[in-house]
Amino acid sequence: MSALVIALLSFAVGAIGALVFANHGRWPTFFGVGGVLIGCLCGIIPAVGVVLGEPSQSLRMAWNIPYGSFSLGLDPLSGFFLIPVFLLCALAAIYGADYLEAYRGRKALAPPWFFFNLLVASMVIVLLARNGVLFLMAWEMMALSSFFLVTFEDEKESTRQAGWIYLIASHIGTAFLLVLFILLGRASGSLDFDRFAASSGAGLLFVLALVGFGTKAGFIPLHVWLPEAHPAAPSHVSAVMSGVMIKTGIYGLVRVMMLLGAPQAWWGWVLCGIGLTSGVIGVLLALAQHDLKRLLAYHSVENIGIIALGLGVGTLGLRAGLPAVAVIGFAGALLHVLNHALFKGLLFLAAGNVLHSAHTREIDHLGGLLRRMPRTGGIFLIGAAAITGLPPLNGFISEFLIYLASFKGALSLDAAGSVPMLATIAGLALIGGLAAACFTKAFGIVFLGQPRSEHAQQAHEVGLAMVLPGFVLAAACILIGLLGANVVSSMTPLISEVTGMSAAIVSTSLSTAANSVSFVSITGGALVGIASLLALGRAIALSNRSVSTNVTWDCGYAEPSRRMQYTASSFAQPLTDTFYLLLQTRRVLSAPRGFFPKDASLATETPDPYQEHIFQPLFRAIGRDLLLLRPLQQGKVQLYVLYIAVALLVLLLWQLA
Amino acid sequence: MVFAPLVQGVINRTKAIAAGRVGQPLLQTYHDLWKLLRKGAVYSETTTWIFRAGPVVGLASMICAVALLPFGGYPAFVPFVGDLIVVAYLLALARFFTVLAALDTGSSFEAMGASREVTFSALAEPALFLGLAALAQQTESLSLTPMLASISTGTWMRAAPALGLTIAGLGVVFLAENARIPVDDPTTHLELTMIHEVMVLDHSGPDFAMIQYAAALKMWLLGTVIVAIAVPWHSGNPLLDGSSAIAGMLGVAVVTGIIESSLARLQLLRITQLLIAATVLSGLALALVQR
Repeated sequence: MSALVIALLSFAVGAIGALVFANHGRWPTFFGVGGVLIGCLCGIIPAVGVVLGEPSQSLRMAWNIPYGSFSLGLDPLSGFFLIPVFLLCALAAIYGADYLEAYRGRKALAPPWFFFNLLVASMVIVLLARNGVLFLMAWEMMALSSFFLVTFEDEKESTRQAGWIYLIASHIGTAFLLVLFILLGRASGSLDFDRFAASSGAGLLFVLALVGFGTKAGFIPLHVWLPEAHPAAPSHVSAVMSGVMIKTGIYGLVRVMMLLGAPQAWWGWVLCGIGLTSGVIGVLLALAQHDLKRLLAYHSVENIGIIALGLGVGTLGLRAGLPAVAVIGFAGALLHVLNHALFKGLLFLAAGNVLHSAHTREIDHLGGLLRRMPRTGGIFLIGAAAITGLPPLNGFISEFLIYLASFKGALSLDAAGSVPMLATIAGLALIGGLAAACFTKAFGIVFLGQPRSEHAQQAHEVGLAMVLPGFVLAAACILIGLLGANVVSSMTPLISEVTGMSAAIVSTSLSTAANSVSFVSITGGALVGIASLLALGRAIALSNRSVSTNVTWDCGYAEPSRRMQYTASSFAQPLTDTFYLLLQTRRVLSAPRGFFPKDASLATETPDPYQEHIFQPLFRAIGRDLLLLRPLQQGKVQLYVLYIAVALLVLLLWQLA
Repeated sequence: MVFAPLVQGVINRTKAIAAGRVGQPLLQTYHDLWKLLRKGAVYSETTTWIFRAGPVVGLASMICAVALLPFGGYPAFVPFVGDLIVVAYLLALARFFTVLAALDTGSSFEAMGASREVTFSALAEPALFLGLAALAQQTESLSLTPMLASISTGTWMRAAPALGLTIAGLGVVFLAENARIPVDDPTTHLELTMIHEVMVLDHSGPDFAMIQYAAALKMWLLGTVIVAIAVPWHSGNPLLDGSSAIAGMLGVAVVTGIIESSLARLQLLRITQLLIAATVLSGLALALVQR
């Protein structure tokens, strides 16, 4: 525990140091990056230790706040979520040091480093907090510090807009959490987690947690802030927010479900339903986007959906008394949390490189970047393959576990019980297919073919500090893919804590899964081996024959204009048309007219349907109604004094009555 | 694996006979492969290493997938619980790289094919998985080898409608994944019917041979599953079962040839409906096997 406290102190020193030395050239960056790095190095050791089975630890200090106590605890669940936080934040800090240099002179660099350290520290406290007040304060600190990071480029109207949406969404979520913790603590009169008792209204509490934490995690339709905030933030912040910050929502949900005791069957149904809608609609919306970072943000919604599917299957297995289904389902969901942090962090950093060097996020303006940025392209490809869930990378391992749990559940449950299992199987299959479409589009249009604009033409590879973090993450993706069996079997303490089953039962179920996963890795290894042999064979065969290069044949259209290449929009069009009902893509077409048509254009746009049809009208109506209160604000001091006096009087009367 | 290219030969011969032609020799695919393997290669200036990786990864995944599949009386090399999921995802891996290789050329033709390929395969995926889930529930097994081995005449007596629906669902997936009429036309790449053939337009020489052989293996792979359901007799003698499975495979080839000869290619929009229908068929099969 002391290492974690040192880590928190290090973040504090980094944050304050960055502010104090704000006007001293590179010092803010030095303090900001140094604080995060030292803190993460100190913190990751105990986090890994507790996940691997070292005893849990706790720390409690008195705190002068009603119902508050400064109590921290480190158990396998906290530890498991802390690992990606420390890993990704450290890498993002290294990356950010270079990334933010581009803004030197135009923007003050001290505030982003102050808030970055604050964000990391608040995430760590959220994961460690064992008291409701402390948890909510850290939760709020996390929201505020990330808000200031999102609005880093506040001279842009769209960034300010994104910041507001994020701030409002996250506070609405917090409101639900406030009610949740008050209800949880009401019975025992304390907000300490260990004194919460499972009360009668568990169903209501579950719904509150689902909405409150779901807003942070990005369950559809509560996801609307994600596609706004992630593209607006600097890329290393997007990586941290999308990779680990939204996972605190999943952590909170799992933690509260553990506090609530034995789950009810409908929780599992609801989680599976949310997972399916978030997964399918998330990936469809991603497919329809033209903005690279917005596309990645929608993919976070999709992956949160996959995690929810795993949690749902696990919950149903727990409820039905099927240890294998519960254990493998939860293991799949939690492993996907880690995996998503790795490949989504990687993808956002790579997208940051593209933005940094081509100065645009517009997919249709890019192209041919693999030749110009080979290293960035390579890591983006690994991230894309991993997020699509292709063997032999890490994304496949966690999806495989969720499939396996659902198949096992479908085999052992009766007709009604197997419906969510089969829906999960079909849903995951569809999500996988659509994700493949989406990432062939993202990688293919951005990195392959020929540049579609001057910007892309002049793109160049970025510095080492901006690709190295990506290399580390890519290596982690490959390692988890090849050593999946070891990873899965080492999750015993974690799953045992989450499901409340004995370690022996958990380890039996996990070892059957790990056995399958080891064969998956063997197949993956064989695949790599065979592919290398084939490549070698081809190289030998071609060594003494004529190998020439020429223009793309293109059925005889030699060297057409680069703008004649297929675009991302046209690539995705068959699917966006098929799913028009869910997407409502708009098209603005000015068709060519006359015998010598001059200009014709086609523009497509897919705004978020939930934002458009639910939240905008809702908030507009609220805003209109709130105008009625305006006469109260006259700007006269006397009037406000009167309000205060009246309020006091009313309170007094109420107290007397 | 050796027989895989023969299936295409049989399909082509069936089509030729149906059209009143003599047709190409049954072993034409082997000739083509051999010819391509001895040629040099031409690469486009636009392309990168992705273009060269495409055929290699595609063929390697197909080889791995075939190794996970039992055939006739012979079990898979490494049967394990959940191998059916791995096989489906190996197909996805091959597709991922083929599509990227197509996009690498910067050609609109190939990108159009790639776009259609990902569309239809995304929609075929649920049909495939629900079909496999129906088989898994029917045979209470999650590994392909015991799963396909335990489908017997008894299973057919018990649950003929469910198995029939599964075959129908997987049959559509078979036609779609292997670029056959009514989804795609394997004989042309120049009309707007193009999906698979157009994606590989720029590959040449040994690369193209690898692609052709991988396509043959893919057909063999999905055919094997269908044959294992449709030919439920087991003698226990691997040699006998193996030859009955090969006979079944040739039967599948003849049926495919007949389908191709008697149908026109569907309008692109109708293909989505066909694939959704396949998903529904698999779903119905699942509903029938519920207890």
